[in-house]
Amino acid sequence: MFLLITTLVKFVVFALLFILPLAAVLTWMERRQSAYSQDRLGPQRAEIRVFGHPVRLIGLLHVVADGLKSFFKESFAPSAADKVLFALAPLIGFVTTLCIVALIPFGPDLETASLPGARWLLSQETLRAYPVIPLQVARLDAGLLYVFALGSLSIYGAALAGWASNNRFALLGGLRASAQSISYEIALGLTTVGMLIVCGSTELSEIVHAQGRDVLFGLPAWGIVVQPLAAVLFLTAAIAECKRGPFDLPEGEPEIIGYFVEYSSMSFGLFMLTEFMEVAVLGALFTTMFLGGSDLPWVMRSDGWHLGVWQGVPDFLGLSPSLWNGLAGLVVFGVKVFLVSALQLQIRWTLPRFRYDQLMHLGWKILLPLALVNIFVTAGLVYADQSLRLLALVGVAQVAIFAVVVALGPSHKPIPAPAHSH
Amino acid sequence: MTIHVRERVSFSAYEKSYLPEVVRGLGITLRHFFANLLGRRATRPLQTVRYPEVRRIYPPRFRGQHRLLPRANGSPRCVACYMCATACPAYCIHIIAAESPDPQIEKYPAAFEIDMLRCILCGLCVEACPEDAIRMDSGIHTPPFEARDDAVVGRMDLLALLGRNGTPAAFGAQDTREGRSGAAPSAF
Repeated sequence: MFLLITTLVKFVVFALLFILPLAAVLTWMERRQSAYSQDRLGPQRAEIRVFGHPVRLIGLLHVVADGLKSFFKESFAPSAADKVLFALAPLIGFVTTLCIVALIPFGPDLETASLPGARWLLSQETLRAYPVIPLQVARLDAGLLYVFALGSLSIYGAALAGWASNNRFALLGGLRASAQSISYEIALGLTTVGMLIVCGSTELSEIVHAQGRDVLFGLPAWGIVVQPLAAVLFLTAAIAECKRGPFDLPEGEPEIIGYFVEYSSMSFGLFMLTEFMEVAVLGALFTTMFLGGSDLPWVMRSDGWHLGVWQGVPDFLGLSPSLWNGLAGLVVFGVKVFLVSALQLQIRWTLPRFRYDQLMHLGWKILLPLALVNIFVTAGLVYADQSLRLLALVGVAQVAIFAVVVALGPSHKPIPAPAHSH
Repeated sequence: MTIHVRERVSFSAYEKSYLPEVVRGLGITLRHFFANLLGRRATRPLQTVRYPEVRRIYPPRFRGQHRLLPRANGSPRCVACYMCATACPAYCIHIIAAESPDPQIEKYPAAFEIDMLRCILCGLCVEACPEDAIRMDSGIHTPPFEARDDAVVGRMDLLALLGRNGTPAAFGAQDTREGRSGAAPSAF
């Protein structure tokens, strides 16, 4: 009973009160951020009146306006569409993406007894049976494998939407989505193998835990320190898997609108929301895999997993150190997810869309071999030095060399403009 | 129609490796993003004009909403000669001529309507007018309308509009041609 209630509460808090609102805000952020990157203002005029005063909230109300508009529009299905699949398709992507949230550790474990009111509400047996509450909905040993399984299921949403619409362009979009997803799934899986070697577990909270230790001069064993190449490959492959720009060929607006061409009203809104939820979930997954989850080096070290900077401050504001530690972990994790999501948006508005052959070229001929090389190099380095120090050294060297290459890169002469002959 | 062949841009190995170029591109967009986010309002590179609150001043030769120029007594200079209606490529000017009470003047427009839904704002009517009676120097664009009928602007409305300098007569208007004084229409 205790387990059921806490699991439900955690799911509601993490999925419905964190990822979903974050996805909604990301729809607005994408428009504002792209606008500012392109010297525009972006949407900022949605307005409500509070006691006669106009309130705009820097355009955040557009989220509400767009949502309301979606709900009140006519939900239309083409007469030749497969009605069942047509209605089901948007839900598949949405639900699978939401299910991935269940696997992600949002913060360090909480001591059950430290919760306010726990001593009155819970019996001694419950406290003994459940001494800690992990800030993770489901602690599944399969962890990452389950995430990938759900991730590949979510592509059925796009593929079925394309098929059920009975529209050639939608079908093309669906086909593109499935081909792209299959191609990048392999690279995606392989990029994480290096991290699995380092962490020795597929369980996501174990991965976060393993990243908390020191490897090199106080540097944490974060994925981006010990596996920088894998981090870049993972982000690339995962963005392609999410069908986000520059890999958004399944919905390439100038050519084929996309697999959701026939959708209207909230069933289209669901596709839109799913896309941004995928951004947020990918942000959370990247944070978990490569940015040390809720770990904050030099400030909030989680050496023993639930130790923190509040260890020495008993009952600050009447709350126990464990609770403060958990809350701080949630905030740190949230900030990291937000930043990775913002980076994804920025990437989308920086890079032009790939051509389809370029997409396949990148997936099969670049990402896949690099991921394989990364596995062998990582395995060799871990075998040579179990303390991971050598691996971290190589990782830092990789980042340093890349930084030098970018800094000393050839000066950029402007591409000559075509000779205009009017 | 000429065919212009664009030379292929060849990329160096550095550019083909793509990742450094991605970082450079991110640098460019992020620089703009933060310059607009954190920069001072006056100096940031943002281009947007917040339209209804902030309005750009149209350039001096902007062809805006037409107006009819009045004589000193307030009646329109127009003599209903149909030159503008004839010159109009969009057939948007409708004039009904009537006999003028002034013995010096032959006709006056009993109705002078411009259908702004048809008008293409080309300015040929202004050039065609021998009386300098119609100009497009009001400095405003046609105000928005909701009903089709509102798009037809009548004589009294056209007459009521002022020139950009705020007077009924436009820049350097010479009222020497009041009545039928016979002077040739002067250029601007």
